[in-house]
This record gives sequence, C-alpha cells and structure tokens, in this order.
Amino acid sequence: MRELAYLRPSDPADAVSLVANDPDARFLGGGTNLVDHLKLGVATPGTLVDVSHLPLDALEEHDGGLLVGANVRNSDLAADRRVRTGWPVLSRALLSGASGQIRNQATTAGNLLQRTRCVYFLDVTTPCNKREPGSGCSAAEGYGRYNAILGAGPACVTVHPSDLAVGLVAVDATVVVLGPDGERRVPAADLHRLPGDDAARDTVLGHGELITAVELPRSAHARTSTYVKVRDRASFAFALVSVAVAIDRAEDGTVRDLRIVWGGVAHKPWRATRAEDALRGRPLTEAGVRDAAEAELDQARPTAGTEYKPAMVRNATALAFRRLVPDLAEEAR
Amino acid sequence: MTELVPSPVEPKAIGTALPRVDGVEKVTGRAAYAVEHPVDRPLFAWLVTSTVARGRVVAVDRSEALAHPGVVSVVDHTDAPRLAQTDNGELAILQDDAVGFRGQIVAVVLAESSEAAREGARLVRVEQEAEPFEAELREDNASYRPEKVNPAMETDTDQGDVDTALGTATTVLEQTYRTPYEHNNPLEPHATTAWWSEEDGRERLTLFDSSQGVHGVATALAPMLGIDREQIRVMAPFVGGGFGSKGEAHAHVMAAALAARTTGGRPVRLAVTRQQMFSLTGYRTATISKFRLGTDDDGRLTAIEHRVQEQTSRLREFAEQTASPTRMMYAAPNRRTSHRLAVLDVAVPSWMRAPGEMPGMFAHEVAMDELAEACGLDPVELRRRNDPDVDPEEGLPFDRRGLVECLDRGAERFGWASRPRAPRSTADGEWWVGTGVASATYPAMRQPGNVARVESTDTGFAVSIGAVDIGTGARTALTQIAADALGVGTDDIDLRLGDTALPMASVAGGSSGTSSWGSAIVAAAQQFLADHGDRPDPGLWTEASALRGDEADRFSFHSFGAVFAEVHVHRYTGELRVPRMLGVYSVGRVVNPTTARSQLVGGLVMGMSAALFEESVRDPRFGHVVTQDLATYHVAAHADVAGIEAEWLDESTTTFTPMGSRGIGEIGIVGTAAAVANAAYHATGVRVRDLPLTADAFLE
Ligand SMILES: Cc1cc2nc3c(=O)[nH]c(=O)nc-3n(C[C@H](O)[C@H](O)[C@H](O)COP(=O)(O)OP(=O)(O)OC[C@H]3O[C@@H](n4cnc5c(N)ncnc54)[C@H](O)[C@@H]3O)c2cc1C
Ligand code: SF4
Repeated sequence: MRELAYLRPSDPADAVSLVANDPDARFLGGGTNLVDHLKLGVATPGTLVDVSHLPLDALEEHDGGLLVGANVRNSDLAADRRVRTGWPVLSRALLSGASGQIRNQATTAGNLLQRTRCVYFLDVTTPCNKREPGSGCSAAEGYGRYNAILGAGPACVTVHPSDLAVGLVAVDATVVVLGPDGERRVPAADLHRLPGDDAARDTVLGHGELITAVELPRSAHARTSTYVKVRDRASFAFALVSVAVAIDRAEDGTVRDLRIVWGGVAHKPWRATRAEDALRGRPLTEAGVRDAAEAELDQARPTAGTEYKPAMVRNATALAFRRLVPDLAEEAR
Repeated sequence: MTELVPSPVEPKAIGTALPRVDGVEKVTGRAAYAVEHPVDRPLFAWLVTSTVARGRVVAVDRSEALAHPGVVSVVDHTDAPRLAQTDNGELAILQDDAVGFRGQIVAVVLAESSEAAREGARLVRVEQEAEPFEAELREDNASYRPEKVNPAMETDTDQGDVDTALGTATTVLEQTYRTPYEHNNPLEPHATTAWWSEEDGRERLTLFDSSQGVHGVATALAPMLGIDREQIRVMAPFVGGGFGSKGEAHAHVMAAALAARTTGGRPVRLAVTRQQMFSLTGYRTATISKFRLGTDDDGRLTAIEHRVQEQTSRLREFAEQTASPTRMMYAAPNRRTSHRLAVLDVAVPSWMRAPGEMPGMFAHEVAMDELAEACGLDPVELRRRNDPDVDPEEGLPFDRRGLVECLDRGAERFGWASRPRAPRSTADGEWWVGTGVASATYPAMRQPGNVARVESTDTGFAVSIGAVDIGTGARTALTQIAADALGVGTDDIDLRLGDTALPMASVAGGSSGTSSWGSAIVAAAQQFLADHGDRPDPGLWTEASALRGDEADRFSFHSFGAVFAEVHVHRYTGELRVPRMLGVYSVGRVVNPTTARSQLVGGLVMGMSAALFEESVRDPRFGHVVTQDLATYHVAAHADVAGIEAEWLDESTTTFTPMGSRGIGEIGIVGTAAAVANAAYHATGVRVRDLPLTADAFLE
C-alpha cells in the first residue's frame, strides 16, 4: 500500500497553503478522475488535500449573473433552472458527459481540471510527455482517433476532454482562483493552454492555486446557446468533436454577437474566432455557417486518425446553429 | 456409472418461465464469487507483466518491493516452482526468461493486502532485453496453414471448381471484409483463489476460479503441475459472465497455483485487473475475409469462396474457424474455404462468443446484401433462393432448417414488405433511415463425457453435475429438466453445480451446455427411476451418462435465425443509432423463455455493440492493446439499446436432445453486425466492410 496523507482543511486559504508549500500535495475534489490516476500510478502524490468539504458550494445570484461554487456538483449545476434558461449550453454540455453517477460526484472545479483521456497518458508503460516530461509522445504516431487538429504539438497532440469547459468559454465565464498571493480571476477562455513544448501543464494555474468559483455573466447570447456533442456511443463517451454555440440576433435576423467554441479538437476549448468574425453582423444561412467553419479550419492540421475531424466539426457547427435558429432548419427544407 | 440413450422427456416445467433459482442470492449479494470466499489468512497476489513484446527477462530486482510494508514475497522465473509439462505456452509461465508478448506475467507479488501487493508489483524492477517483433495483422503477413481450426475442423475445403464457375457466372461479387480485435469483457474480471494442502500424504490443490468449466481447469493444470487430476479440486459456484474468455484456464490461474505452492499452505487470492484482461485472458483475433460469390441468371449461387487471414500468438496456436459457417450456409455446387494464420508476438487469442460464426457471418452476410443488390433481388428473397435442401458440406439432410421460416416471420413482424429497395431513400428529420437483414446460424453441439448423479433425499432429489452456470441461467434450466425427467416439481430438485467433486461436465461453451448437461441429467434420472422406482427411499443414487444414437450420422444439426435492424444515420454528424432490432430464431425447444430471451437479446446487444463500437486497438509499435479499459474500449451503453426483441419458432428437436432443445447462447451475436451494416448502407448508400461502423465513415 502506498501511504499518503489525507487532509481535510475547513478553510480555503489553509487548503491553498497546504498544497502550495508541498510540491507533492494535490487537491482532491470528487475524486472521479484523480482517484483513477492514483490507482493506475499516473498520479503519485504524497498528500491529498480534500477540498470537497470546503464551503464552496454556493449557486447564487451575483453581480447580475450567477456564482457557481467550485464544489457544486455537475448534476446540480446541470439541473439548476436558472442555468437551464440563462446558460442552456452548460446544462447540455454537462448532461452529455460521463454518467449520472459520475455527475453526482464530480465537482465544477474538478471537471475543468480533469486530465486528458489519451490512452498513452493512462498507461504508465508507454512514453508520454504529459505524464513524464521528456519521455516522448506516443500518440503523435500512434492511436490517433482522438488527437487534436488545432494548435497541437510539438510536445503533445491530445485534446482536453471537458465538455463543461467548452460551454463556459461560450458564455464568457470567469474562473475565480485563490493562490498563495491572494485571489485572481482568469477568463475561462484562458484557463487551459496549448501544449507548445510543455505538455505537462494543462492550464495556466500554478501549483497550489485553488479554483473557488466560476462566475457566469448574464448575456443575450448565453441565453440562446446550445451544445452539440458527436460521439460513437449514445452516452457515456467523450466527444469525437463538440460544438458550443451562443448567439444574439437582431430583430432583422442579423447576428449581433456570437460565440463558437469547439471541443475535441485542441488541448483547450477552441474558440473559433475566425468563424465568429465571418458571421458577426450578417444574416445567418447554413451555407454561411459552413463557410465560416471552413475559414477557421484553414489552420487545422489533421493527422493519421483525425482526417475526419474537420468535416465533422464543420457539420456539427452547422447542426448547432440549426438547433438555435429555426429559420435555418426551415431554409434547408 | 451407466451409459444409456435417454428417451425424450415430456415437458412440464420445461418451457415455463421459472424465475432464476439463484436470483435472490445474487441480488442480495450472498452469492460469493471467486475471490470472495472466506479462506484462512489469505495472501493477495498482484501480477507483474512484461513491457516488451519479445525478448527476455535479464534481471528482476525485488529489493524495493520486498522492503515495502506488507509484501511477503516475489516469485519470478528464477524461483517459481517448476512445471512438469511446458508445452502449453500460454500456461507455462515463470519457467524461463523468455518473453512472448507485452503484458505477459513475469513475476507475482504476494502480500498481506491487495493494496500492498499492488504497490509491491509497481516496485519490482524488471530489466528486459527487447528483440525485434511483429504485432500487426496485415493482408501480406507471412502466414501458415494450421492443421485444424477451432475446435477440430478442417482448415480448408474445396468442392467442385470455383474458378471455372466464377468465370461463367452471371453476377460476381468480390470483396474484402475485416473485423477488429475484440475483448470479451465479462462483468466479473477473472479471479482465482488457490491453496495447497496435504491429504493422506498427497498434495492437494484447491481453487475457487471464475471459470466456465471447472473440470477443464483441473484437466489442464494437473499434468503441468505434475499431480493427478484427483489432486485438484476446482469450484465455481457463481461466475459473473465469461463469453468464452473463461472457457479455458488462462495464465493467471497458473500464476495463482504456482504462487500458492510457495506459501506453506496459505491461500492466494488473485484478481486480474480490467487492464490486464486485455493481455491475459483471451480475445477474438482480428480477421480479414476475402469473399468471391457467383450466381446464375436467377440469383442462385454457383460458387462461394471464403479465404480468411487472421492471427495467432507465437506462444500457443488458436485458429478461429471464421469460414466454417460459409461451408453449410447456402447452396452452391462449387465452394472453397481456407484459413491462414500469421504468427505474431502477441497475447494468446481464444474463444469469444461465437468464435468463427461471428466474424465469418459478418463477412458472408454483408456480401449477400451486396450480391442481392447486384442481382436486383430483395435480400430476403436472395437468401430464400439459396436455401439448400441438404447440408451442402456433409450432404446430410438438416434435422431442421428453419432459416426461411425465421426470415419470413421476421420480415412480417418487422414490416419488411414496405421497405423501399433503393438505398438512401428515407430521411426523417436530421436522420437517414434504413433497414437491413442478415441470417444467423450456429451448430448444435452436444459434448461427450458428461455424467450426472441423482440421489434421493428426504425432501426430493439432489441432482449433481460439475457444470458451471456463468450467469446464463443454466442452474434454473437444469432444475426444470431434472424435475421433468424425474416427474417431480422444481421445488423437489436440489441442483448442485460448479465443483470438480461433482461428476464430469464439459465447458459452458459452444452453446452446448444445456444440451450436454441436460442430456446427462435426463439419462441419470431415467436410470435412477429404472434402478430405484419412482418412490425411492432417501439415500439411493445413480450416476449415468447420455449416449447418442446414430442420429449424427443421419442428420446435420444447426440452429438458424434472421436478424432485422433499423439504423438511423445522422446527416450532419454521421452518428449511428439502432432504434429497432428483431431476431427470430429456430433453436429447438426453449427450456425457459425468460433466461432464453436474456441470452438471445444479450447476443443481439453484443452483436450491435460489435457493429458500432467494439475494437481493441493494438499499437504495433508496442505490441499490446492500448484501449485497455471500458472508457476506451466501448461496449454498448444503456442509451444505445433501444427496441431489441427476440422471438423463436415453436419447435422441438428430440432427435438431438431428450429435451428437444438445441442451444441458444451464441446465435444472438451471429449475423447481427451484418444486419446493422446492411441497414446503415440502406440508410445512406455508404457500404462499410470493416467493423466497427463509426460515425466518421458516414460523414458527408
Ligand atoms: C467513465 C467516465 C466518463 C466520463 N465522461 C466524461 C465526458 O463525457 N465529458 C466530460 O466532460 N467528462 C467526463 N468524465 C470526467 C468527469 O467529468 C471528471 O472525472 C469529473 O468532472 C472530475 O471532477 P472531480 O470533482 O471528481 O475531480 P477530481 O478527480 O477530484 O479532480 C480532478 C483534478 O482537479 C483538481 N482539483 C479538484 N478540485 C480542485 C479545485 N477546487 N481547485 C483546483 N484543483 C482542483 C484535482 O487535483 C485533480 O487534478 C468522465 C469520467 C469518467 C470516469
Ligand atoms: S498526446 Fe499528450 S498525453 Fe498523449 S502521449 Fe502525447 S504527450 Fe502524452
């Protein structure tokens, strides 16, 4: 048995200092991801600092928007009536992920900080830069079906698995972080990073930084938002690709503002800004949406196993718009 | 022990939906599985496995592991007990330094707790020397012709003149079909508890093993361990599924037995992890099937050729009989089948539900769908036209050839008549909609050598046979058979299974269990009544074995089925969903409709799962399967299983068994993947010939 210390502080600041001062310590949320890694030997912390009992489970009105405590369970967040009407993309993203049991256990913060499902990352007998920096990337020329097509490499070609993270970028959420030097706010879009030559770091957070909450600003586009997730199995599967779309349209149907965010294509939720720019201020057509997606996909670099992803994400984007804009569906008839 | 040909049984309990006799024990958690039995001071074992695909173990450094609290010992090839026989390369573990595949057992750690054993295993440092290896099945691997294919069939067959017939055929179809590696993944991972003791001056090995056949385990292990079969007792009172992967003892059983020989009698508990199952407990080989079919003007087959390329492991041969159903399925005067194996440095393949029939009939039935289109015939009609009068291979009449009845009844129930012939004709909102059909078949098998014991007790009869109920409901069905054979109620039967201390029984495999064990029970019951009358005093007993008459020389015995599937393919994402499936089967008399339905529906689900999801991805650079958990090896989830129905023809085949049954465990998976693939083609016009059918193949 590997002995490890299990601590359960009652104050967030204590939790932060316990981890910040011990390079071998890790936060533990619902444990649905980290405990698997302990069993597989993928994570080998000496100390677990359980933060799931900290009083970070508020789900309340705040500053005109909604404040989601780090410990709000995925199932509670998905079911909340305010979320379902003000930020429907979040409910849909959450409900498309994992299973009922896991969503009951998983926390908001843990969901954002879950690690890749790359098969080589999870198999300690194969090289992986993310698990063991400098050992190499087995996925680059290996099993590639789930690999990235945007912003990949050179160190790592995997994608971030969280559905919730993709939705949060589409609604301009902010992640509230408590660190040894106090609190800071990180836009959800900037939380995860591209791998560059440092595969080990998934996010911009430093060791000992605790996510305490996520802030959801109210917006017209967040209210008209949805999530399309494409996967082989009807449930209980990570995305092949996924799309979060949020739009605000003027009376005449032209797009006032929008967000298009892709999952399953990059090491972070991929905000398709080129596609957004192509559509902003214009009336919507399905062909226009497809062209806009293609404009974004100019930068895509599919590799063996991911040849299908550009077409799939383009189509899924068109589908998401159809779901939000009934006249698009009409037009296609 | 008496041997007799049992006479047919009058069905009373047989055919009724008797609830599972062990249902309450299972749902209340009282049923104990292989590592749950209370034993005295167990040691926990954890396996250390190789990380090269071929090579040798240079050194095993145990020092760190042994220093870990709780670790008691480490056993490796330098000090493991020697085996008396080593010709079974899969089971002969820890005998030398050779590594034959990645994931092979190279050491066993024993500790006072499972956690300590696991950490100990992590701390064992195994220095290995890697050698060049091959772990990729391709069309152009060097391959050889095995002497036989599983279980003991001809490797190749050749009747008539296929090449000439194809040269003059009106329509010729030539295509290649592929199925991937698949892993059985029963709910209960493989597990064994083992201990050695001494009795009357002789060594004795006792095992609780999660096995499909306790007698087979004893027979395989005894000569290797250098002991008599009687010195081994194997028990498997409850087993959480197997699908063939527990049909034979795999290396972990030997690991437990060897490790337990070093503990001075303390029992060893060994549970294989889900990840280790992807290397250690068998799997279905990938297959490449090359088909050539030729027909005359009327769509009657004149030539059938099925050439198979697949793989085996260098350590032990397993030759999947992929082309075997092609030999008896449809009429054609000219027919040729062959199997070739590439020898790879990979884990040892084994049985997985319907070995041979599942991959072979996927290929054959997609080919038939393509042929129907090429001939301008409805796919049901094409199959009807090619239904043979006699077994095309053996020349014998079929005892029952129920295929056309299954097709006709299924077509009616499924609403086949209103199906548009052309593919890509039906859209429903965002989805393309299509339907497909495929035939299913499975040979009826009755294994020899089964013995049952009937004993009168104060409360009725104890009926014993060393067979295993792996969750199929065998315990329930056999109770019904015993009751009818003895002319009493099911409450009067105390059925005892799953122990080599009970009479000899064959493996729960090949859909032969109920037929083989049930016939022995009927024989023993009938002999008991002849010996002791129908009002016996308690304590009288009879053991008997069921002989067969000459019916096998007179008839060819097979089950048949027809599978219909409706598939929806998303026009934007390519995602496939199967809202509706129907299987109609000719399987002889159904002993228990509840457990039978669960077998048939379970087979249909597994076939659909194979159609859409299942694939073990072997990384040829490393040699092992990298999708080695249930998050990456996808099996159908609840949301994938919508309207699945199974029904059967009302029939009885007492020429085959005294119960009139023929076996139902495997046929549900046969043909099902083809029905789904054919429906996906009908929906979209996209023909996919390689499993699984994933969304990317249907993207537009
Ligand atoms: C079979 C399966 C299927 C799944 N399918 C999906 C899916 O389809 N889509 C999807 O999005 N997800 C899926 N998941 C992943 C699931 O969403 C995550 O496991 C879960 O959200 C993690 O939350 P947790 O609270 O259990 O995190 P934990 O496992 O406790 O922690 C995860 C990480 O977050 C860190 N952490 C936890 N809390 C904090 C905090 N407050 N501040 C800083 N760091 C913290 C931990 O140190 C750890 O590194 C699946 C999981 C499983 C097991
Ligand atoms: S893609 Fe990233 S996670 Fe996967 S093997 Fe490469 S470095 Fe590791």
